[in-house]
Order: sequence, then C-alpha cells, then structure tokens
Amino acid sequence: MTKKNVIVIGNGMVGHKFCEKLIAKSNEFQIIVFGEEPRIAYDRVHLSSYFDGKTVEDLSLSSLDWYHQNNIQLYLGDAVTEVNRTEKIVHTQSGRTQNYDYLVMATGSAPFVPNIPGVEKEGVFVYRTIEDLDKMKAHASKCKTGAVMGGGLLGLEAGKALLDLGIKETHIVEFASRLMPRQIDDAGSKLLQGKLAQLNLTVHLNKNTSAVLGEKKITGLAFADGSELALDMLVISAGIRPRDEIARLCGLEVSSRGGIVVNGFMQTSDESIFAIGECALFNSMIYGLVAPGYEMAEVAASFLCEGDKQFKGFDMSTKLKLIGVDVASFGDAFISEPDCTSIIFEDTHKGIYKRINITSDGKQLLGGILIGDAEAYNMLLQTVNNKIVLPPNPEDLILGARGGESTVGASVMGLPDDALICSCEAVSKGAICNAVINQDLKTFDEVKKCTKAGSGCGGCVPMVKDLINGTLTENGMYIKNVLCEHFDYSRQELLDLIKMNKIETYDQVLDTFGKGDGCEVCKPAVASILASLWNDLILKQDTIQDSNDRFLANIQKGGTYSVVPRIPGGEITPDKLIVIGQVAKEFNLYTKITGGQRIDLFGAHLVDLPAIWSKLIDAGFESGHAYGKSLRTVKSCVGSTWCRFGLHDSVSFAIEIEDRYKGLRSPHKLKGGVSGCIRECAEAKSKDFGIIATEKGWNLYICGNGGSKPQHAELLASDIDSETCIKYLDRFLMFYVRTADPLTRTATWLNKMEGGMAYLKNVIINDSLGIAEELEEAMRYHISTYACEWKAAIENPEMRKRFSHFINAPEEKDPSVKFETMRDQVKAETW
Amino acid sequence: MSEIIELNREIEKLQGAEDLFFACYSDDVPQNGGVCVKYKNEQIAIFNFTRRGEWYATQNMCPHKQQMALSRGMIGSSGEECEPKVACPFHKKSFSLKTGDCLTGEDYKIRIFPVIINNGKVFIEVKSIG
Ligand code: SRM
Ligand SMILES: Cc1cc2nc3c(=O)[nH]c(=O)nc-3n(C[C@H](O)[C@H](O)[C@H](O)COP(=O)(O)OP(=O)(O)OC[C@H]3O[C@@H](n4cnc5c(N)ncnc54)[C@H](O)[C@@H]3O)c2cc1C
Ligand code: SF4
Ligand code: FES
Repeated sequence: MTKKNVIVIGNGMVGHKFCEKLIAKSNEFQIIVFGEEPRIAYDRVHLSSYFDGKTVEDLSLSSLDWYHQNNIQLYLGDAVTEVNRTEKIVHTQSGRTQNYDYLVMATGSAPFVPNIPGVEKEGVFVYRTIEDLDKMKAHASKCKTGAVMGGGLLGLEAGKALLDLGIKETHIVEFASRLMPRQIDDAGSKLLQGKLAQLNLTVHLNKNTSAVLGEKKITGLAFADGSELALDMLVISAGIRPRDEIARLCGLEVSSRGGIVVNGFMQTSDESIFAIGECALFNSMIYGLVAPGYEMAEVAASFLCEGDKQFKGFDMSTKLKLIGVDVASFGDAFISEPDCTSIIFEDTHKGIYKRINITSDGKQLLGGILIGDAEAYNMLLQTVNNKIVLPPNPEDLILGARGGESTVGASVMGLPDDALICSCEAVSKGAICNAVINQDLKTFDEVKKCTKAGSGCGGCVPMVKDLINGTLTENGMYIKNVLCEHFDYSRQELLDLIKMNKIETYDQVLDTFGKGDGCEVCKPAVASILASLWNDLILKQDTIQDSNDRFLANIQKGGTYSVVPRIPGGEITPDKLIVIGQVAKEFNLYTKITGGQRIDLFGAHLVDLPAIWSKLIDAGFESGHAYGKSLRTVKSCVGSTWCRFGLHDSVSFAIEIEDRYKGLRSPHKLKGGVSGCIRECAEAKSKDFGIIATEKGWNLYICGNGGSKPQHAELLASDIDSETCIKYLDRFLMFYVRTADPLTRTATWLNKMEGGMAYLKNVIINDSLGIAEELEEAMRYHISTYACEWKAAIENPEMRKRFSHFINAPEEKDPSVKFETMRDQVKAETW
Repeated sequence: MSEIIELNREIEKLQGAEDLFFACYSDDVPQNGGVCVKYKNEQIAIFNFTRRGEWYATQNMCPHKQQMALSRGMIGSSGEECEPKVACPFHKKSFSLKTGDCLTGEDYKIRIFPVIINNGKVFIEVKSIG
C-alpha cells in the first residue's frame, strides 16, 4: 500500500506539533514539511529568553534527527510559493514540486507593521523570529533610547527585552487609552503602568504615531498630537497579520481582515486542505496563542485518522511572563454589572490589583484580572473552566481567608478529572493522576516525559507537581523528598543517618546509603550535611563541593573568581581598606561595594587566589564565605554610637553575631541584620534573621528573604536581652540546618512547615521537641571548631597546589581568559 | 616544572611518536575529580574516577558558553546504566565521559580522548588533535 502524502507548510510551533501528533496516531502517511525559516521549529513563546542566555539549541522544539527517525521529509529555508489545487501539487521557492493528498497550512502570522512614513528606516525592528532578535542585538549596543510601538502582551515583553539589551531608557507607545487593552481594564492598566515605571519602562498612552523621524537611521517618532520622542531604536509590536498569502492565491476562502477560514475539523473551503495555528480563522477569530494552535493540530491530525474531534473555540486566558510584574487575565475579564458582580481589591501601595467577576447569585466565577500578584491564577482559571461552585465568601479567592482556617484556594485534588491542567499539551488532571498511579511515576520529570504535561509554556508546572504529590498521598504512598537518583532519602533523613552512624566522608555515605556513583546534586548536598555536622575543612573533600566551594571563591564568566573578605557588620578600618586597594591593584581586580556591606574583588585567576588571600589574611582578614551555602553577612546600621535615634549599639551586636555564626554551613545561604531602632536602616526584616532594637532590648524576627520572592521576617520574640536573643538564634539556626531541604532558604522552609510560625515558636522558645539543649550544644561545637578555611588552604602545600589551572604548567594562567576595560577597571569579556 | 617538561621530551623520544602525551602523575589528579592539562595550544580535562577505578579525558571547553571549565566540574553517574558523566560548573550541563554526548538534552558533543595509566603516570592519546 502506498502511503498518502501529507504536506505541511510551515515548520513553526503548530506545524511541528501537527507532525508529532500525526506520527503518534498513524504510520499511514508520508509527511513532507516545507519551512521558510532556515532552522527547525523553535519555541517562539520563550523567544525573549534568547536575550538572557538561552541558545538556539535551548529553544529548539526538536532535532533533525527526530524528523529523520520518523521518516519525515523536512525542507528548511524553502517556502511554498504556489498551491495548484486541481493537480494537488505545491511549488517552492527553490523550484521543488511535490504532490499531496492532504495539505496542512501552518504558516503562522507575521508582525503587523502599520503604514507610517519612515518605518523602513534603519533601527526599526519587529519581534518574531530569532533573526529579528539577532538584528536587534547587533543594533542595540549603540543605543541609549528605545521604544516599543504597542502596549499589548507582546509589546511589553519586547520592552523588557530592550531593557535586557542594556537600553536604559525604554518607552512603550500605545495607541489605546490603556495597556494590554484586550486583557485588562483601566484600573488595572493604571496600576501596571506604575509597576512598569519602577522597571524603567515609561508608558505613553493615547499616542497615534504619525511618522518615524530620521535620515537613514531612526532618530525619533512624531505623533498626531504634535509631540515627538527622540529614539535610537524602535520595535514594532502592533499586532499580528495571519500568513494567508498562498491560501489567497489559490482561491481558498479567506477573511477580508486576514485568516484562512476553517470549520471545526480545521478544514478550509477545499476539503483536502487544512489550516491550523495563527493563520486559521475559526468562528471569525484568530487565536494568537500557542495552546489553541496545539489543539487545532490535534483536531486536524485526528481527522486525518478518521477521528471526530472538533475544535470548539478556546479559552484565551493569559499570564504575562518575564517582565517582572505579575499580570494575568482569565475567563471573561471585562463582563461588568449588572451582568455579574465584580469584586475588586486594590492596594496601590503594594501595587496589587485584583478583580473577579462572579455570577449575580454568587455561585460561579466568570473571570477576572490579577496584577502585581498572580499566584492564584492557575486555581482561578480552573475554577472558571470547571464551573466549580464558589465558597460562601468569594472575596477570599483574592484576599486569602482572613481569620480562622483557610478554606479556599481549595487544593488541586478537588478538581474534576477532566480539568485541563496543561493547556499547551491538552493534558487533563485525570491523565496526570492515572499516569502516576498506573505507571508508578513519582517525579515531575517522569510525569512530564510520560504525559508531556508541563513541557510547553511551563505555567502549569506547580499544579502538576501538586497533583503528583496529592495523588501519591491519597494512595497512601509516603512521598519522599528524595535527594536524587542516588539516594532514596530526604536531606533530613540522610542527616540523621549520617549523624547516628558518625560517617565522615561522602564515599562512605554513598556506599552505606546510596547507589551508583553520585552526581552534582547529591555531592554538594552531602558535603553540606557533613560540614554542618562535623565542621571539618571543606577542602579535605574538595571534589564533592560545588565549584565555588571547591575553590573557595565564586566562579565568574570567563572562568576567573571573586574574592570577598569578611567585613563583619560592615565595619572596616582605613588600614584594612588600604590593603584591599593594594591587593586589587597588584592583581588587577575589579572592585565593587556589594549589596551586603562589603567589598567584592572580581576577576582573579585561579592561580592567583592563594597569593591574594595570603596578603589579605596577613592584614587580618578572613574568608567571607561568599561562595558557600553558609552565613554571608550580618548587616548593621550605625546605631547608638553615632546615630541620634539609636537605642542600642547595633554595630557591636552585628559583629558579635556575624563572628558567632561565620562558617556555619547550612542548606542555603544565611543572612542577618541588626538595626538600632525601628527605622530599620539595616533592612533586618528582609533577612533570614533580623534584630531590631527596642527601648527594652531587642525584637528578633526570623525567616525573611530578599531575592526573587521577597518576604518579610516574622516576629519570634520581643524585648529580649542579648543573651536570650543569641540563645534563640542558636536554636533557630541549628533547627533549620538540621531539617531544611537542600537549597531551601529559611523563608521557604517556614512556608512549607506544618503549623508555621506558631509551631516554630514553640520549638524555639518553649522547647516543645525537647531538643533545645542539643541544638545549642551543636552550635557551641560549631563555634569551637571554626577555622578560616582560606588560612588553612594557603598554609597547606597540598591544598595550595590545587589552585592551578594547568597541572602540567602550574604557574601559567588560563590563556583563554580575556578582559575588557570599563570605567578604568577590568570586566569579563561578554559571552 | 622543568622536570615535567624534561620527562615529556624523554617520553616523546621513547614513544618514537607524538601520539602518546605524558600529561601528569596520577597522584596529581584529585580522587574522584579532575585537572586540566596543557597540550600544545589545547586544554584537556583529565578525570580520576577513583570510585570506579577509571580514567577519562575530554576537551576542557564546555560547548555551552565556550568556557574552559569541565576539569573543574563534578563527576558522577546517571541512569540505570550508571553512565559516567561530568557536570559543567557554570550551568550544570552534563556530558557522558564515555561518548562525549550531552546528557541534559542538548545537541552538544565534546571530544574525548583515551587515557593510559602507566607506572603512576597519566598519558593521553592525542592522535586526533592537530
Ligand atoms: C556580589 C553581590 C552583588 C553585588 O555586587 O552587590 C551578589 C552576587 C551574587 N549573588 Fe547575590 N549578591 C549580593 C547580594 C545579594 C543580596 C543583597 C543582600 O545580601 O542584602 C540579595 C538579596 C537578599 C537575599 O539573599 O535574600 C542577593 C540574592 C541572591 C540570590 C537569591 C536568593 C533567594 O533566596 O532568592 C542568589 C541565588 C542563590 O543564592 O541561589 C544570589 C546569587 C549570587 C551569585 C552568587 C550568583 C552566582 O552563583 O554566581 C553572585 C556571585 C557574585 C560573585 O561572583 O562574587 N544572590 N544577593 C552581592 C554580594 C553580597 C555580599 O557581600 O556577600
Ligand atoms: C515574542 C513572542 C512571545 C509570545 N508569547 C506567547 C505566550 O506567552 N503565550 C502564547 O500562547 N503565545 C505566545 N506567542 C505566540 C506564539 O508564539 C504563536 O501563537 C505560535 O508560535 C503560533 O504557531 P504557528 O505555528 O501558528 O506559527 P509560527 O510559529 O509563526 O510558525 C509559522 C511558520 O510558517 C512559516 N511559513 C510561513 N509561510 C510559509 C510558506 N509559504 N512556506 C513555508 N513556510 C512558511 C513561517 O516562517 C514560520 O516559521 C508569542 C509570540 C512571540 C513572537
Ligand atoms: S549579582 Fe545577583 S542579581 Fe546580579 S546578575 Fe548576579 S545573581 Fe543576578
Ligand atoms: S558554560 Fe558549561 S554549562 Fe554553561
């Protein structure tokens, strides 16, 4: 039997998905793909991450190998120019001709470029392909000011991209009277504008561009209201235009506004031709998102295999990614009274705006908008899509339950089986739970591999993980937070085992409790446990340490290292400052004051590290452990010694505490702060532990965090004296060291802790577990065994020898290290 | 240093070919870890997989961001078959020490070289290097 030819035009996201779907369903077709772009289908949705380090390979959805293995003929860089419907033949740019039985148009869309005088000038770009990004990148290095025309979802993403390209002054120019006009309302737009301003994105609304100014190159924009904006580059993101050119040429039914008209089976007006993705017009609607495109691919592929699935429209809920501000809209975001009741919560101070629209009888959620905090997005979307009956106080959905036990935010386990969890790959809750039960899957990676859930935009990953854990728990399976494939134990279990059995080396741990040869996940985790328990020198087992710990310095772009001497409490003498300056000069290091009140010296060759440290140690410095998962800094404000408001001497106390806990290895890094009064100049409440002076003593706060998910520390005890404060800190830190998962900061540790702060208070203050004495003893042991590891390293010739780049040419530096100059100092070459 | 160079010459003469390159002494390489050696203008990473009693050599450059870093990576194994591997210290891309294939899902490939241990000395077969 000869196979039927299916030609796919376009190797974009949806065209590729179609190939995957068809291959999975049948082997009765010979698939032939023509793609206009020079490369294999890639993840356009995450295109912007190309600017923060993702490579073309990272973005690729597949490989040439895959096409080869599945016997799909793939012609890249060869666009289809003509379809001859009577003879069922396509012609391509390079002159190929190919006959088809079925033809699938997956030609996507092109950025819409409005017809404004001057848009052809140098420095004007669109934002759709990798080539577009390469061109922007090449141009951006010469630019100071940039703008994006269009304040929609994509426009804002492009704005962020310009910032990432180093363009400090970036504008968003929008024709409408609000941002993201299709997703959010006026109030939301206002709030979002404020948030964007903080990111350095200036928004101009109601701006009708009349011309692009400049000779050959763009110099600015002119607007209909007579104003102008000076610019070095412009990205146009004014909407999309479905690629229906060849469909038009061969006489298929198309819409005057663009788009190839299709029915529920994705068939065009010619029954052997299909259109899917952004080029297809279903029910007068173009779906400019990837999830509906994937659904169309599924429908068309199943139709060819005699299925009867139909496309029924698609939810257009979206969440803005990348920009650093949460923005989401779901369901019917705009419906308003009297057709519904809207509950609106606005906190202009924190920059949060939430709106939910519920049916007038208060039973169902119709849709809404979230700005500033979109954590509830997935659950709310599920609530809409599955018509889940709302709790008595629907406002809890956006406010969280106040007082009493939380009843809402109902767990994912409460969703119906057909609830769509991963909309990119159309995976339902039932499919995920079944995979977990029937195929004995336990980890997210296994489930992702098996069901594909979470492999698209990634938005559903937290839900998938919750479902896996929920299903395992429901089935009476004890969910183990195992370290990695080599250990069937959680960090806490392993710590207890190692402690009980008094094991001191990684190899022994692996032999006794693990399997295989270890890896980059369990080695540093066990290293951290060993260090926390025995406080032995890190370099005694250097090859199980993360690179930073192995060389007692942070590795940098280009392979050099940074040097951060400890400056307890941020206090430093002029003499020590001078030594830092001298060392930096001698070894040609870049110096910078860090965000942690000390000085970082960057760009040190591996070979130079011991010499640098011996000079610093001679001058009285110690390791600052900037490389370790251990205590970093205890930040201080100047306090009562100089400050007119100071209640106690915060500097002395910060120094005492930093000296006490220095070198303590922990699951993640630890930071502290001490402020001399409630004005809180040391930002102590953003640290893992923060101490603030009161009239009567100190208030101790714990489990704060800066970083990507900031959280204020919570009050543990108030008006305590220094001694009590230190006692509580000893217990708190040791308890954390003993029980937290690897790479879990104290804030996350607390958030996951059953019983939360009340429980923790009980353990630390009331000694509810009866372990306080043991924890304090462990801390005393740590303090009595502390030694500066850099001092040990330079004094031991064997250890010192390891700081060479070439083992067979120990004096030579790595010749591949290259520096550039900037503001009279060195900087690593860009990669 | 001069000793190592001298020894190099000697071995080169002995071998009558430049094929086998004396890289270092085996106790120069930390247990279950790596070092980097210089060969002409190339950098080669050598791994002493003590736990398995095996030695491996690869290019030192990580293909991800062209960093001379693999010798500073952590070694270990992956999967049922216990494929020996090294993880780059920069972004933890992992490579098979046996085949040079990337094990973290990308199309990278690194070069690998046969290692010969003789009398406490580590030699690398460098035929394929120009
Ligand atoms: C040098 C410094 C930036 C600066 O120039 O100011 C810095 C530099 C790095 N930070 Fe930081 N952080 C620095 C202050 C901070 C601060 C501000 C502070 O401490 O007050 C924060 C937010 C506060 C916090 O930690 O909660 C901060 C939050 C992070 C995070 C996010 C942690 C989180 O819980 O979300 C990371 C990533 C990580 O640790 O996993 C990080 C990781 C890093 C790393 C280690 C990334 C890496 O692995 O290469 C950077 C290495 C620097 C190097 O090569 O030496 N850095 N980093 C600051 C050093 C302070 C010091 O003296 O030790
Ligand atoms: C920066 C950016 C961010 C985005 N973010 C999101 C997001 O967060 N969420 C979301 O859901 N969607 C997002 N999208 C939209 C998403 O990428 C598209 O919906 C999706 O790529 C559509 O897939 P497609 O296959 O229909 O079109 P495309 O991926 O554009 O593929 C069409 C392909 O067909 C080729 N082609 C056209 N004509 C021919 C011809 N005649 N012959 C041969 N080949 C031809 C084109 O060159 C192209 O390679 C984003 C898009 C961009 C650009
Ligand atoms: S120093 Fe910190 S915030 Fe800055 S780039 Fe590095 S990790 Fe990110
Ligand atoms: S440079 Fe090696 S993983 Fe990125």
